[in-house]
Amino acid sequence: MAATATFRIYRGDASGGEFVEYSTETYPGMVVLDAVHDIQAKQAPDLAVRWNCKAGRCGSCGAEVNGKPRLLCMTRVDKFPAGEPITVTPMRAFPHLRDLVTDVSWNFKVAKKIPPLKPIPPESDGAWRMQQYDIDRIQEFRKCIECFLCQDVCHVVRDHDRKEEFVGPRFLIHLATLDMHPLDTLDRRPMLREAFGVGYCNITRCCTEVCPEHITITDNAIIPLKERVADDFYDPLQWLWRKVTGSKGRRRLPVVKA
Amino acid sequence: MTEARFETHEHDVLIIGAGGAGLRAAIEASAANVSVGLVCKSLLGKAHTVMAEGGVAAALGNVEPRDNWKVHFRDTMKGGRFLNQWRMAQLHAMEAPDRVKELEGWGALFDRTPDGKILQRNFGGHKYPRLAHVGDRTGLEMIRTLQQHGIHLGMSVYMECTVSRLLVEGGRVVGAFGYWRETGRFVVFKAKSVVLATGGIGRIFKINSNSWECTGDGQALAYLAGAELMDMEFMQFHPTGMVWPPSVRGTLITEGVRGEGGTLRNKDQKRFMFDYILELYAKETAKTEEEADRWLAGDRSAGRTPDLLPRDVVARAIHAEVKAGRGSPHGGVFLDIFTRRSAADIKRKLPAMYHQFKELGDVDITREPMEVGPTGHYTMGGVRVDPDTQETCVKGLFAAGECAAGLHGSNRLGGNSLSDLLVFGRIAGEHAARAAKGAPAPAVDDGAIEAASREALAPFAREEGQNPFALHEDLKDQMQKYVGIIRVKEDLEEGLRHLERLKDLAGKVKVEGPRHYNAAWHQALDLRNMLLVSEAMARAALHRKESRGAHTREDFPEQDKGHWSKVNLVLRKKPGAEGEGEMDLAEVPLPEYPADIKAVLDEG
Repeated sequence: MAATATFRIYRGDASGGEFVEYSTETYPGMVVLDAVHDIQAKQAPDLAVRWNCKAGRCGSCGAEVNGKPRLLCMTRVDKFPAGEPITVTPMRAFPHLRDLVTDVSWNFKVAKKIPPLKPIPPESDGAWRMQQYDIDRIQEFRKCIECFLCQDVCHVVRDHDRKEEFVGPRFLIHLATLDMHPLDTLDRRPMLREAFGVGYCNITRCCTEVCPEHITITDNAIIPLKERVADDFYDPLQWLWRKVTGSKGRRRLPVVKA
Repeated sequence: MTEARFETHEHDVLIIGAGGAGLRAAIEASAANVSVGLVCKSLLGKAHTVMAEGGVAAALGNVEPRDNWKVHFRDTMKGGRFLNQWRMAQLHAMEAPDRVKELEGWGALFDRTPDGKILQRNFGGHKYPRLAHVGDRTGLEMIRTLQQHGIHLGMSVYMECTVSRLLVEGGRVVGAFGYWRETGRFVVFKAKSVVLATGGIGRIFKINSNSWECTGDGQALAYLAGAELMDMEFMQFHPTGMVWPPSVRGTLITEGVRGEGGTLRNKDQKRFMFDYILELYAKETAKTEEEADRWLAGDRSAGRTPDLLPRDVVARAIHAEVKAGRGSPHGGVFLDIFTRRSAADIKRKLPAMYHQFKELGDVDITREPMEVGPTGHYTMGGVRVDPDTQETCVKGLFAAGECAAGLHGSNRLGGNSLSDLLVFGRIAGEHAARAAKGAPAPAVDDGAIEAASREALAPFAREEGQNPFALHEDLKDQMQKYVGIIRVKEDLEEGLRHLERLKDLAGKVKVEGPRHYNAAWHQALDLRNMLLVSEAMARAALHRKESRGAHTREDFPEQDKGHWSKVNLVLRKKPGAEGEGEMDLAEVPLPEYPADIKAVLDEG
């Protein structure tokens, strides 16, 4: 007889819901999304789940498996102890729509608030020149597939619901990308401190831990952003400079060249 | 008044589909200062463009200064076995470099050459290293760039919204009818022009590399609205999909693996591609492994490795090796990169491949070969458009990207889809905006809206009927079996009989449950489109009595130099037919080459 596994899937919508147990056949290499699809095809045709590429590339199928935020398409069933039910629930930090689907529209609203790249003019051939070593670190951030698992796990969003004051790890790495971009000319640091709330992050690194693209979100993106903001706004020399010059805004101190 | 019954939005230009082509069209139309609505079946940024891996083809000449649009044009025509619309191939080759460069001004970051320019890699059928890329996630970089640029231009984005019908009045498109995935409620869009950018049809095959969205929506919507479909017999089977484990069968492995030096071998460790060199490519292809290795090492006087022949050739070769019993344990062949590149190189240039095999296939590609086999990937066919404007024969209706036909002829070169969607997305957006400026205010017909609403709700009303998921599996099985990579008359006829049976069953599909986020309902509604494009493909495949590019007929194995080299096949709804009607198939002569284009082709 073929092997089977049991899945406890949260079913319901904003008005309420419950866990429903399904048992389905397993096969080599099976991922949790396969199981959800098999259950959908044969047992629960109206089971709601979001997915697209089924290759870990689009970031649509984020949910929580045994309480941990994961991509359903990259979570192997055989990684879990045989015989124990596998629990699948929607991402908790976002409003619930139905079954495994949540309302992630907040993320798209945040994206719109971030001023886009404002590049220096291109060279005469219409192209820009950049060195690979200058873009290596931001290419890491550009790997982001916008699955929003980092947003889901971040306690500032998940437990404290600071969605108005804080943009979350996903958009902090986007801001870091722009801040470290060799072509960009726009200073977003005042916004980082105020509108985007970089100070809310207290470096628990939960986002880095769940990132399916293994982006070092906290150490490579958020901490450097915090440092820049701290340099600009809390550096005593900067403070003195502002006092002396009467400048209200942030201003670069003159650079002393060796 | 019907309109009051349904949520209604009005735009100058409505774009259906938000992959690369739709987003690029939306950006261009927004720049023309018209009101733009962008409808996506999924969330923004999740469209199948993210699965494009290897790169975007553009004759930038950054790595090989001898490259220019003429060489790219010739490669594209040759890859399509000259069934391409030459004007589209010309525009594509000429404009692609600018389209790629402008992306960097919007935030894209391609890998670099030592002098700081955009790096380019080798790919099948491209004479010179031509593919701008970011490791093996080029599509993601492009869609994210277009998305991050586009959202600040004032367009309205309608996410998780599916269009089920175009609204046409007096031969002019006036809008679209659809439903919200989330609530299941209907929505009407009034628009002066509409751009279809819905992508592909891969979900009609059992083994495919496509997401649930790729169900031929644009092709079917256009057909039902009276537009023409062209080149539908040409379905690209990408040579390298995963074959094991079953969970990931069909998942794409980028051609970039071979672009970075990867080689195909059969179970006897033989580099079998040397046995399948097409006459058309004999001159430029290496004769021995030693010569191919020299080319891979950078010796430009050596012939190219046959592993990088165009996709149709490689897919057929793999199929033949497996059929002859020389395949790998799970019915594919071997592709190795670890013998060619260091582990560090592989992880840097092919990180997604490394990750994908490690997590899903239990294979470490820095130490072991991959098992690969053909997977349904891309349709060269689609909506017939005017090359210069991308307009269809329905006034105000445009199409761009994979859902449009013409650029690729009978076989697409890798990398030409990402450039296709940039070049023709922009052209479609520009002309759709221009058409909207001169168009009358759209007047939609209540009757058409009511009919669309009845059609969409029908599956809920049935007392009993088929499960839509089971029906989809059935369709995929029949298409794989009878209209797949190798075709023959009897099979195609059998396939068409199955399609008749399935059409009948699809009319009786039943769904239950509430309307909000109901997967079975969405599947039921997508079936109509999948059946329609399947039928178009089977009919065209049966009609074309030769083998050319991606279309292989066992009973007509040769590529014809006469009649079939001069015609495209065009399908349309029989005039006056109600509903889906009967399909009319016509042979349409290829446009003749002007003298200057002929001269460019002869140079090669």
